[in-house]
Amino acid sequence: MTHMPEARRWPGSEWLKDHPRLLEVVYDAAKALLERSYPLMKRLSPTLAQRLLLWSEELVKGYLFNCQMCGQCILHSTGMTCPMNCPKNLRNGPCGGVRADGHCEVIPEMPCVWVQAWRRSQRMVHYREEILLIQPPVNRTLEHTSAWVNMLEGVDAQTPPGWNDG
Amino acid sequence: MTKPRPLRADSRLERVLRSGRFAVTAELNAPDSADPEDVYRNALVLAEVCDAINATDGSGANCHMSSMGCCALLTRAGYEAVLQVSCRDRNRIGIQGDLLGAAAMGVKNVLCLTGDDVSVGDQPQAKRVFDLDSIQLLRTARIMRDKGVFLSGRKLSTPPRFFLGAAANPFAPPREFRHLRLLKKVEAGADFIQTQYCFDVPVLAEFMRRVRDLGLHERVYILVGVGPLRSEKAAEFMRTKVPGVWIPDAIVERLRKTPKKQQREEGKRICIEIIQQVREIEGVHGVHVMAYRQEETVAEIIQRAGLLPRRPRNGRERSRRPAPRKP
Repeated sequence: MTHMPEARRWPGSEWLKDHPRLLEVVYDAAKALLERSYPLMKRLSPTLAQRLLLWSEELVKGYLFNCQMCGQCILHSTGMTCPMNCPKNLRNGPCGGVRADGHCEVIPEMPCVWVQAWRRSQRMVHYREEILLIQPPVNRTLEHTSAWVNMLEGVDAQTPPGWNDG
Repeated sequence: MTKPRPLRADSRLERVLRSGRFAVTAELNAPDSADPEDVYRNALVLAEVCDAINATDGSGANCHMSSMGCCALLTRAGYEAVLQVSCRDRNRIGIQGDLLGAAAMGVKNVLCLTGDDVSVGDQPQAKRVFDLDSIQLLRTARIMRDKGVFLSGRKLSTPPRFFLGAAANPFAPPREFRHLRLLKKVEAGADFIQTQYCFDVPVLAEFMRRVRDLGLHERVYILVGVGPLRSEKAAEFMRTKVPGVWIPDAIVERLRKTPKKQQREEGKRICIEIIQQVREIEGVHGVHVMAYRQEETVAEIIQRAGLLPRRPRNGRERSRRPAPRKP
């Protein structure tokens, strides 16, 4: 896991994340576009489609969100703030250790991912309430694969067999 | 509690809470020792004054006797134990196995925690696990209890019966989200809540108001964490070094104005006052006393706060020795 102190974040990425309504629109557009073009890309060359998506995802999401490539992206449910940047990988909300100044218990110079996620989620329109969803355990076999491919193939929505209707 | 709810595990803690009595739990400091007597010595002073004893799971990410080990000793002697399970040290395979083992030993209460990070403990070089988070852990335990399966879907021949607990920290940012996180925990399966240390009653009162607005006080039993501050120095240490502990300036100031020799007494008095204040808040069902390395003060605090006598105990709970086994 690579942590980036706030000061070293890429130019513009913090500004964009602080405007999650814009990212919401981009997300919806990208999703619609991919849902249409992926079957065609896959027909041309499945390997190339996967490589291309993985590569562009690493680049774009890496730049913007310091993406950790968990392969099951829930950014739109977490205020466009990557929960895998939390040193404890918490996907359901902040731990009890958040400092009084809103910074991380583990990395004092980093703002708590969930303090940011909560604030940003409240500025969203479509996905505002999704921060209340209970996120299932992470499927570690999807690490370092493309979350876009996993979404399009429906792999990321699979939960452990015992998990549902608990 | 207005709505009748299904009996989860018929644990003593659950019975006390269901009866509507103000519950008292206390934290046992796990020893750095392989001697069971060290556990029993600590448990003895707590058992007479509380309804259940929490066995911590490497609190502060420091290595101590495991909560499993402590609970095995506690249940063997007939004490009511709360097994604390943190997500820091074990993955989902280890945790589910431990839950079965704990249930087989007679543990009926489980507190599901995220856990303090390894970096604050005595072995910061260790690998942090956090395979599950506390909410996923809660739901996993509930699935094992209610559906009788592992996460994998594989069937359990005898499911565990647990009264499931979770933590809450009303004092840490983002404060406007904390009641919603509690809602998530209730939906994931929490039957009771033990909060972080409360030294700021107005902040707790505001949190409880939001909790009541969501109707959560009727769906979950809330025990407020309290504890005595030993001195001004200890207060300063706790609020700067212990993750998630919020102590307002007024409390530290009050200790500072007290002569050094009387600070310990003043710390106890503050704790007792806080207990009496939180008791008045609608939706607070009990207190959880955490007196790190000062267990001997717990009985005095509970007595002076007017919370004694606890429910009469049966004969078995008096003895701290395992009953001889019949051949």
